[in-house]
Amino acid sequence: MSRIRRILIAKPGLDGHDRGAKVVARALRDAGFEVVYTGLRQTPDQIASAAVQEDVDAVGLSILSGAHNRLLPEITQRLREAGAAEILVFAGGIIPDRDIPGLKAAGIDEIFLPGTPTTLIVDYLNRRLSAA
Amino acid sequence: MTVRDETRNAPPPGPGTARGPATLREEVERRARAARERWEAARAKAEAESGGPWKRDFTTVSGLEVPALVGPEQTGDIDPVGEIGIPGEFPYTRGVHPTGYRGKLWTMRQFAGFGSAADTNERFKFLLAQGQTGLSVAFDLPTLYGYDSDHPMANGEVGKCGVAIDSLADMERLFEGIPLGEVTTSMTINSTAPILFAMYLAVAEKQGVDVAKSVSGTLQNDILKEYIAQKEYIYPPRPSMRLITDQFAFAAERVPRWNTISISGYHIREAGSTALQELAFTLRDGIEYVEYGVRAGLPVDRFAPRLSFFFNSHNDFFEEIAKFRAARRIWAAVMRDRFGAANPRSWMLRFHTQTAGCSLTAQQPVNNVVRTAIQALAAVLGGTQSLHTNALDETLALPTEESARIALRTQQILAHESGVINSIDPLGGSWFVEEMTRRMVDGTFDYFRRIDELGGMVEAIEAGFPQREIMDAAYAYQRAVERGEKLIVGVNAFQLEDEKSPEILYIDDAVGARQVSDLEAMRARRDRGAVARTLDALKDGAAGDANTMPLILDCVRAYATVGEISDVFRDVFGTWEEPAAF
Repeated sequence: MSRIRRILIAKPGLDGHDRGAKVVARALRDAGFEVVYTGLRQTPDQIASAAVQEDVDAVGLSILSGAHNRLLPEITQRLREAGAAEILVFAGGIIPDRDIPGLKAAGIDEIFLPGTPTTLIVDYLNRRLSAA
Repeated sequence: MTVRDETRNAPPPGPGTARGPATLREEVERRARAARERWEAARAKAEAESGGPWKRDFTTVSGLEVPALVGPEQTGDIDPVGEIGIPGEFPYTRGVHPTGYRGKLWTMRQFAGFGSAADTNERFKFLLAQGQTGLSVAFDLPTLYGYDSDHPMANGEVGKCGVAIDSLADMERLFEGIPLGEVTTSMTINSTAPILFAMYLAVAEKQGVDVAKSVSGTLQNDILKEYIAQKEYIYPPRPSMRLITDQFAFAAERVPRWNTISISGYHIREAGSTALQELAFTLRDGIEYVEYGVRAGLPVDRFAPRLSFFFNSHNDFFEEIAKFRAARRIWAAVMRDRFGAANPRSWMLRFHTQTAGCSLTAQQPVNNVVRTAIQALAAVLGGTQSLHTNALDETLALPTEESARIALRTQQILAHESGVINSIDPLGGSWFVEEMTRRMVDGTFDYFRRIDELGGMVEAIEAGFPQREIMDAAYAYQRAVERGEKLIVGVNAFQLEDEKSPEILYIDDAVGARQVSDLEAMRARRDRGAVARTLDALKDGAAGDANTMPLILDCVRAYATVGEISDVFRDVFGTWEEPAAF
């Protein structure tokens, strides 16, 4: 079997809504991933360096503040600058449909909207990371 | 100090000494027990024939077991006067006003705020024109978190989740053309509450309003629930509690009609707590504020009448109604018996309700109107003093004008068409509702005991106790949904293929750029010497034991910004980070 995959769950932006981030973190842990959670209000720099230091396979970003168009592309940009462009980046939160194409073009691989079952996120990670 | 629910210790209205009534009562009880046995037998037989109930669990949305049938044989020990009583009388289970909604309807108070002060001012005027009766301000995240709009942490956040306020200049624009002596305003602000409170008072002064006589409203100002659930804290818990007691003392003297705190369960519930946890943690937070106020030397009856509460109303109709009724009964007992409050106004729990944002779905969002109507009805039957009904697009964005209007119309239909306002506490005396209310009371006192054993709510928060309880409940609920034990229409049942997404309110990043250039212009205009002097005086006062409120008022009058004033406190008090556990 392949090694255990490591996932960073991070909260960019100023909002303190951490229910979703923590539920996803627990569900991923229960599904056999190693999960690191950053805590609240992390800047793009902090998130990118945590991802590199923790040597994760994927970064999950939870944001409900409306600042996603600004902050999410900055995070993928920082990862590329750190030579970590291979880290898979996915996101979840309140993100209007019209913002999704731009975010995907900026390197966010998948975006999960409210009501997504955690099993879908587990399946997604298993699929995307097994190819790596 | 131990907690006891004294209302439960009143002697029951037991059998009289006269032989007649005792015999009659015994006969009624005997017949009720016999009827219960007949029903148990009939139920067992029907279930054996049909193969049992159609689903395994009949629990509330909070996972609380619900009895299939409650009758007088189970509720006979509830004291109809000592525990239920009449509206307007201790323990206020049936309401705090003897006239219910006949004397006064609840206040229809829709929370609003986005973009710039001018954008939100326009929405306020729209809502007032639609028949709304009070204002409620949503601030953006940098304002909530004490950063000016040009701070690096405000990047991308300005005006997104609420209105951006940097200085008194923005606050003047926010309330332009709205007479502050005539409307009441609720402000959802916590860590930076004293600053926004001071700005509001400064605007009222500039409008020529007599602050002591005519200014009325509410600050959320509930920092404990920030550590527990909403997470918009800045400073550590203890200095934050000092800022709150400073406001209690200041307002009691200078703004006597102001509600200095709205002790909030809303966010605790949104973070995933059960109904019981919401009730217990909120009321225990209330106890903590009263203890800190008393410890700061304030007589309890001087500030307790201005405490108000804020609850969530979720989907589980009867559980919510029981929660609201229990809240009043518990608070009355706590204030009278734990704190020795003598003024009945200190015993009365008054509350605002917001329907549950977390119950709404991004899928088939029009269904959210129905959910919100059910939740609003529960709040009204629970006797709320004011109400916010969520817009149907809550899970997608901030509300459009149209969705905000439908939300308000929902309340107007309840008030004027449904007839539910005509009789006070119409569910009082329902065996089921009284039994559920009693379970809420008992469960809350159990939590009080556990938190008291930890040393109080500040200590419980420092130990991570309520945070863990809520996280466990949130995860258990998510698991129940994913196993299909809890159905959510449109999400894990009755889904639609190819849904069309509705029009939403879209706030672009131009708001932030405008706000920053306005802020720079304001900084260039103001008297820099006055700003420095007032901020220095605040720093000295905060480091000592002066009441900080008058000093903050001086700062805001000099157009010091939210960020500058918050930085003074950051220097003196330090900041707070919670451990990143999940």
